[in-house]
Parts: sequence; structure tokens; C-alpha cells
Amino acid sequence: MPSRLTLMAGGAAAFVALLTLGTLAAVIARAGGAGWPGVADWAALRFTVLQAALSAFLSVACAIPVARALARRRFPGRGIFITLLGAPFILPVIVAVMGLLAIFGRSGALNGILGAFGVEPLSVYGLKGVVLAHVFINLPLAVRLILQGWLAIPAERFRLAAALGFGPRDIARHLERPMLREVVPGIAVTIFLICLTSFAVALTLGGGPKATTIELAIFQAFRFDFDLGRAAMLAAMQLVICAATAALAARLSLPPAFGAGLDLAAQHWDAASPLSRLADAAAIGLAALLLLAPLAAVIAAGLPGVFRLPLAVWQSALWSVAVSLAATALALLLALPIALGRGRVLEITGMLPLATSALVVGTGLFLILRPVASPASLAMPVTALVNAVMALPFCLRALIPAARQVEADYARLADSLGLTGLARLRYLTLPRLRRPLGFAAGLTAAMSMGDLGVVALFADPDRATLPLQLYRLMSAYRMEDAAAAAVLLMALSFALFWLFDRGGRTDAAA
Amino acid sequence: MLQLENVTVTQDDFRLAADLTIREGARVAVIGPSGAGKSTLLSVIAGFYPPASGRVLWQDRDLTDLPPGDRPLSILFQDQNLFPHLTVAENVGLGIRSDLRLSPEDRGRVAEALERVGLSGMGDRRPGTLSGGQQSRVALARVLLRARPLMLLDEPFDALGPALRAEMLDLVAEIAGAMGATVLMVSHNPADALRIAPETILLADGRAHPPRGTAELLENPPPALAAYLGK
Amino acid sequence: MMKSLMIAGLLLPTALLAEDKPVLNIYTYDSFISEWGPGPKVEAAFEAECGCDVKFTGSGDGAALLARLLLEGDTTEADVVLGLDTNLTAKAAESGLFADSGLKDVAYDLPVAWDDPVFVPYDWGYFAFVYDKTKVTEVPADFEALAASNLKVVIEDPRSSTPGLGLLLWVKSAYGDKAEEVWKNLADNIVTVTPGWTEAYGLFLKGEADMVLSYTTSPAYHLIAENDDSKAAAPFNEGHYLQVEVAAKVATTDQSELADRFLAFMVTDGFQSVIPETNWMYPAVMPKGGINAGFDTLITPAKALLYPAGEAAKVRDAALAEWQAALSR
Repeated sequence: MPSRLTLMAGGAAAFVALLTLGTLAAVIARAGGAGWPGVADWAALRFTVLQAALSAFLSVACAIPVARALARRRFPGRGIFITLLGAPFILPVIVAVMGLLAIFGRSGALNGILGAFGVEPLSVYGLKGVVLAHVFINLPLAVRLILQGWLAIPAERFRLAAALGFGPRDIARHLERPMLREVVPGIAVTIFLICLTSFAVALTLGGGPKATTIELAIFQAFRFDFDLGRAAMLAAMQLVICAATAALAARLSLPPAFGAGLDLAAQHWDAASPLSRLADAAAIGLAALLLLAPLAAVIAAGLPGVFRLPLAVWQSALWSVAVSLAATALALLLALPIALGRGRVLEITGMLPLATSALVVGTGLFLILRPVASPASLAMPVTALVNAVMALPFCLRALIPAARQVEADYARLADSLGLTGLARLRYLTLPRLRRPLGFAAGLTAAMSMGDLGVVALFADPDRATLPLQLYRLMSAYRMEDAAAAAVLLMALSFALFWLFDRGGRTDAAA
Repeated sequence: MLQLENVTVTQDDFRLAADLTIREGARVAVIGPSGAGKSTLLSVIAGFYPPASGRVLWQDRDLTDLPPGDRPLSILFQDQNLFPHLTVAENVGLGIRSDLRLSPEDRGRVAEALERVGLSGMGDRRPGTLSGGQQSRVALARVLLRARPLMLLDEPFDALGPALRAEMLDLVAEIAGAMGATVLMVSHNPADALRIAPETILLADGRAHPPRGTAELLENPPPALAAYLGK
Repeated sequence: MMKSLMIAGLLLPTALLAEDKPVLNIYTYDSFISEWGPGPKVEAAFEAECGCDVKFTGSGDGAALLARLLLEGDTTEADVVLGLDTNLTAKAAESGLFADSGLKDVAYDLPVAWDDPVFVPYDWGYFAFVYDKTKVTEVPADFEALAASNLKVVIEDPRSSTPGLGLLLWVKSAYGDKAEEVWKNLADNIVTVTPGWTEAYGLFLKGEADMVLSYTTSPAYHLIAENDDSKAAAPFNEGHYLQVEVAAKVATTDQSELADRFLAFMVTDGFQSVIPETNWMYPAVMPKGGINAGFDTLITPAKALLYPAGEAAKVRDAALAEWQAALSR
């Protein structure tokens, strides 16, 4: 096994490197150099890092009380609530932003309520809006990851704590804080990197040119100045930050597997006081308000029109599902060998896509592939491939810790039985990784559904993905159809996520 | 014949030396204070831990560089002896073919082995639904089918009660007798050793002493063993 | 299943084109070829008379389109590029990738004289601030009035969108050296700056702003397609900046004659009558049957502003710097 696995892991990592670093190199080669950042670029860098750091910090800070409340409370609908929490993360940005504005915008529900009490309307635009949107999008991810950490504290530990008469403060000190210290840095870094490449959110809610991110500067270099060298330089800057942050994160620790049992009921004896009940109810309630109200707004706006959608939209929906299934298969094919192969270089390579500019990847691939084949004929494989690679960091987050656990628990037994190669994969690795695999597959499928990505340069003239069709509807002023298409998109993303995630759990004994 | 030829094991500041021979078909207990390296010794024989020097031989064949699965032995650990996601029959079937491509005949042998350990009809259950004693029986059924000439037991029955443990030891003795297997069993219970192991290897002072008669050893324990036994 | 899909994805487009008809490759922006854009109808109309196969390739917006062409250089498969606007033509001409159209003496219905030998206009429109008549009662008559009002507007970023760049040049052409001052005064009216028209118009319809930077023709969509006459464009006294959308023949085309025929077709009724109610812009040549009466209700600016292509490229960077400085406070 080792040699073949190492080969496959190396192959997968090389492939990812080709798509991230290789495409950048192709752009630099074409530009004939990369230039040096100017004053405006440094300003963009400062804002980018600032908003990403704030977003990461706030997402994690808000996620901790929510995760704790979810870990120690049982209530009807808890499972569905946890699943729904994932929605903002997988929505196309424009839909998420519209939903958010329906609640927090100038004429949103919140200002409607405040207005009724004679309070001046709050403005959501500017740095605070960018951060709010990023928290909206990333809080669910943080909650799920941290919740996993909580559930990984063995129930016996809480029993012992109860026997020793620990108060909430003691429990926080002896059980929760050590867990958080282990889990939080990795999560914060992941969210930081996601926000680093923010483009549409930062621009739409940023309120003006103060809110210029590096990704916008890349866009400007490409489209406004046709300056490939500058675009490449900015993209390299992003990758350097990513690599540095990822290396830092690797020195801190990885979060535990977040695909594993969400419903493991550890009983808590520490949560009976009325005050803690109130705090938990508030945490869950506020999270529901922040995350579910905008979704409800999106659904309310679009649901009535779903069954009147033109045929072309349904065809796009089918096409998107096909692309997303292909992306899912590819993502697992890349993620499994990297997760099983381990090694720091592999892991950092697996993180690179987080900080990769979609525009640079698209352009680089275009430069690499065009001499070989017509871009339009490559639309499907390229879209699926790029979506798969973009989802890779999240797949690895789910798979690596779980793969380690399997090795720790069963490697000796498997070795003593001579269980190797495909048989080991089939009878040990895959069944034990079923849950994280299901979760990773679901996440990839859903993210791929919602991605507008690199399609522009590889657009297939005969078929459009659903997100592209949604944009086309909006460009054709058909906002109602677009709202309905958004609901369809959300429903399909969810269905795919749910099917894979469930599939990973059924029959997963002990 | 199992030979440990000038074997030394080092792990940080832990050291263990072994130079001994166990004849074929013997049933040998491994006894010693905790931390003496009982499990480590078994790990070296099973191939999970490489010796710093020396060789491990079975019937004059050098095992030292073989991977665990290729060695002529079966090993049972303290826990994690079964895969929780596979059925009882699949867990046992791994003893025949690790790719689980079992012929009808193989399946018959699995059923037979289960019957032999008293688990007829339990093949479709998952380990999680069985009691501790039953789980041990499943693992023994697999040992039976693997039919390797050497059997290493690293306190697999320790979590069981005294009566059940005695029952398991008898089953081990019976199976080993039927297969003609050589048994090496870590134990910290003199009664267990006396029950099935006529000979005992004592681990003390960084050395694995060659096997001696169990009864005689327990009658006249050397000082290190006496301290361990509380005599 | 996945494998066969991928193979189908690789083979289908080429297989479909295996007939013997000549193929005319037209690069355009994405919304042109959408189900609701002019593309499908234009394709059918031209194919009916050319005995050829028209193949549209869409890429993003006009700027993305030009970026793609520059990337491909003289290895491009495009025969015709359709969808550049007057802000992009200077850069496009400079690339040397385009050939003269050969079209002469076309009677354009444009607010400005047109004699460019390379780029052929196919539609046009004025940028304007669009508002909801039921919500905005005091409509500003120029940028200064807008800046003095409490009205909230959403605009597009000139660095990433065509209308955003149009607005930048609008203010610059109307106010020259005073442009930065105007932007400073407008700063507190601007709710936000979006990456493109789609986001901006979406925010406006959600009620996030009183006005949005769009086109004088935008209200026509609501009137004609939705029977909603509540939207209107505010006429500004400074005049309105013009956007003219053009097409051109690619110099390296191997279908030169077909490309010429397409450009000639483009300024006839078969193409022009499709434009108003798909692209929601004015046709470059008024079709004989006229256009939907809904367009008659629109405002008609007294003065059209437009930098000649070369000059637009020159003032652009300075205007952008002013804009950034004024709005970054």
C-alpha cells in the first residue's frame, strides 16, 4: 500500500499545484513578468487582511456560544436546524447578499421594526457590512466545526466533572477551554483564508472604493487595464499570505473530524441553571435570526415563481446537478489519497485553493488548455475540475483527522491480518471514513451547485449552469424569475448535501 | 521453534534484552512487573516494533523484516480486535481471505468456526451488539481460521470477569491444542498462567528470561517476581 | 454516468457542427446569447439567409470579451466580435486585431455622428439614474441637485463594470476639473458601489436605494414586459453620457466574406428589430416598422455626452484616481 498510496497522493497534490501555482505561472509567463505592488495595492492588501481577520475573529467568537448551546441542549428540530445552518455557506454570493439585505438592509425587516419605534435606520454598508456578510456566510461552518469539538469531549469526562462538583467555570477551565484551544485556531485560519479572496461580498456591501480587496484589484487589472502581470503579482501576493497562514495553522493544530456523529448525546449536568438556559436560548435564537431569517426571505421571494420558471432554467438545473456530481467524484478522488498520504507539504498544497483567485485559475487554465482543445468543448470537465479543487480544502478538513483516527485505532489489527491495498480501502478505510466522506461529498456537491466560478472563459454555448442562468435572468431584468431560480438552486444544493451527508450516516454502525 | 536471538529493544530510556527459545507447541506465559515490557516483547515478535538488534526466527526462518500480516502468527490485543463496522461473519472471514472474496465453502468454514466457539447463528450481527465474552469468541474464531502456528495473546481477556476469563483460557487451550499452535500469553495473573501455561517467561531487570516451569517459578519466585506478586 | 457525460461534453459541440455549412464564429458577452437576449433570434434570422452556421461564444461582459480576445491574440477563432462599447474601442483598435468593416453610408439613428471604419454600432442608450415614481417625488435635475438631496443611490464600480465606467466619464465630461468636487458631494448619497449592473439593479428593486445608475431605457422593460409604469429615468440638465455598442470583424478571420455579410445584416431590420425588447436598448438603425410604443414614454436627453474613443482612454485613469480619492474619505 504505502508506495502506491504515496504515488497517488503525490499525483493528486501535483495536480492541485498545477491548478493553483501552474495557472499562475502560465499567466506570469504570458505577461512576461509580474511587476511590483504599488501604493494602492498595499492599501488593498491592508483592507483585505483587516476584513478577513475581523470576519474570522467574529465568526469564531459568535460560533462558540452557539456551539455550546447546541452541544448541551436537546430540542425538537435540532437536527434540521443544524443542517439548515449550512445553507448560507453554499448559496451563491448574490443570493446570500440579497437575503441578508432583506433583513438588515436599508428597507429590510430590522430597520422596519426599528423605524416603528422611531429609531434612525441603521446602515449595513461599509466594513461592518462586509464583516456581517462574512459572518453570515462562515458562522455556520464555525459552529459545525466547534460543535464537533464539543461532542468529541467524552461523556465520561462530563460525568467525572459532575461527580467532582464542578461548576460551569471549572468545566470551562478543565474541559472546554483546552478543547477550544485545540480546535479554534485551525477554524479561524480557514475562515480567514475564505474571506481573503472575497470579491462580490466585499464590493457590494463595502460601500465604496475604501473597501477594495485584492481580488477586486485582480479583477481590475484583468478587465480594466488588461494588465496580466499586475494581476499575477496580486494573485501571488494572495498565495503568499495563504501559504504563510496555512503553515502557521499547521503549527497550531487541526480541528477534529467534523463529519462524525452529531447526535452523540453526552449528557451535561452543568447546564441546569436558569441563567445558562437563558444564555443558550439566546445564543440559538440569535443565530437562528441571523442565519435563517435571510434564508426565509429568499424563499418567500422566490417560492411562488418556482413552478412557472422557463424550461431553460430547469435544463440548467439538471446540467448543474450533473456538473456537481462530477465535481464531487473528482474531489473525493483527489482528497482521499492526500488525506491518507498525510505529510505537511501535502496538507499545505491542499489548502492552496482557498487563497486562489478564480479569475487567475480560469485565465491560466485557458492559456494552458487552449492550444490543446477548444475551451467551449472543455466547459464541463474544466468546471467540474475547478469546483472539485476549490472544495478540496474543506474535504481535507473533514477527512484528515478522521483518517488519523482510523489509523490510530485499527492500523495494528489490519496489519496483523495482512489487510492491505484495495481490500484495506474497502473493508477498513472507506467504511470508517463513511461519515466524513458523506459530509465532504455533500459539501462539494452543494458548493459546486452554487459556483459561478471560471465558467466565463470556458462557457459552453449550448448549456448554462444554474447560477449562470440566474445571473442571465437578472441581467434580463427578470428579477422574479431570478428569485425563483435562487430558491430552486438552494433547494437542489440542499438536497444534494442532505443526500450525501445522510448517505454517510445510515448503517454506519458504532 | 520460536527463537529470539540476541534481541534488544530500546524505547527512549527503556531497554529489554531477550535471548531465548520456545519449542513448538509450547504454551508459555509472559509475566513481569508492569512497565517491564511484556506488550513490547509481543509487539516485536508480531512485527509492530522493530528490535534495535538481534533476530526473531520461526523454524529457523528469519522473521525480523517481515510485515506483521506475513508472519506465521495471530495476535489478540487488549482491545480493538474486531472491526465494529463489519459483521461477525466478515470479521471471522478476514481470517481466510483479507479481501473477503469468500467461496461458499469458505462461508461454511466461517459458520463452523463460529459454531466451534459457541456463536452459531450470530454471523450477521455486529460486534457492538455482542457482550465482551462473545466478542472474544469472535476473535478466537478468526484465530482458528487463520490457522497460524503461533498465537500471541496480549491480555485480550483482561476486561472479563474471573469465571468468563477461565472459560476463554480453556477455549484458547482447546483451540491451540487442536491446531498444534504455540501460545505466548501476557498475563499479570498467576492463576491464569497456571491454568493453561506449563511454562513461563519472566521479564525482570531489563531481561526476558528463558522459559521455566510455571509452577516451579511461582513456588520459588526470584526477588523481582516476589515483589510483583506481593510475596 | 459521469464518464459518459464527460465524453459527451467533449464530443457533442464538434459533432453537431459536422455539417458542411461554413461556420461563423461570433464572440459576444454572455447576456447577448441568453434565452432572453437577442442571440437566439438574431442567429435564426441570419442563418435563414446566409446558408451558414452561426456559432455564438459568450464570455462575461464587454470587458471580459475584449480580455479574452487579447488573450487569444491572432490565434483566435473569432470571425466577428460583438458587444464592445465606446469605452473599449480604443484599446481594441490599438491591438490591431480588427479589420475595417467596409460598410459605408449607413443611415444610423444615433445621437452622434458615426464614421468609424472598423467598429459598426448596433445599439445605444443613455446612462441615467432610474427611480420609482411612487417613492421619489422631488426628482433632482442634475448631479448637484442629487448631491444636495437626501436621496440614496447605488452605483457600479468603474473598475469592474461598464455602467460604472460610463458614470465616471459622464461626470468627467460634464464637470471637467470640478469632477472630484462633484464626487465629494455625492459621497454621502452613495449607499454602495457594486461590482456590476446586475447587483446594483437588484439592490434598487429590493428597495436598498432610491435611485440606481442604469439606462434611460430601463423603465421600458417594466412598462412593456411587466405592465408597470412606476419606474422612470431622471433627466439631467448636464446631458447624459452615451453608450454605443459595436461589433467588428476580426482581422485573422477565415470567413471574411461571411463576416462582412453579418455586419451588413446587423444594421438591417432582421437584427435591429430584435434589439429593443431583448437588449432593452435603442436600435442603431430604426427598423421600418418602428419600435414598441413603450419606448416613446421614455425621457430623451437634450444633450448627448461622449468622449471620442481615444480621448476616453486618456482621461480614464485620472478620472478614476479622482473618483477613488473623493469616495475614500
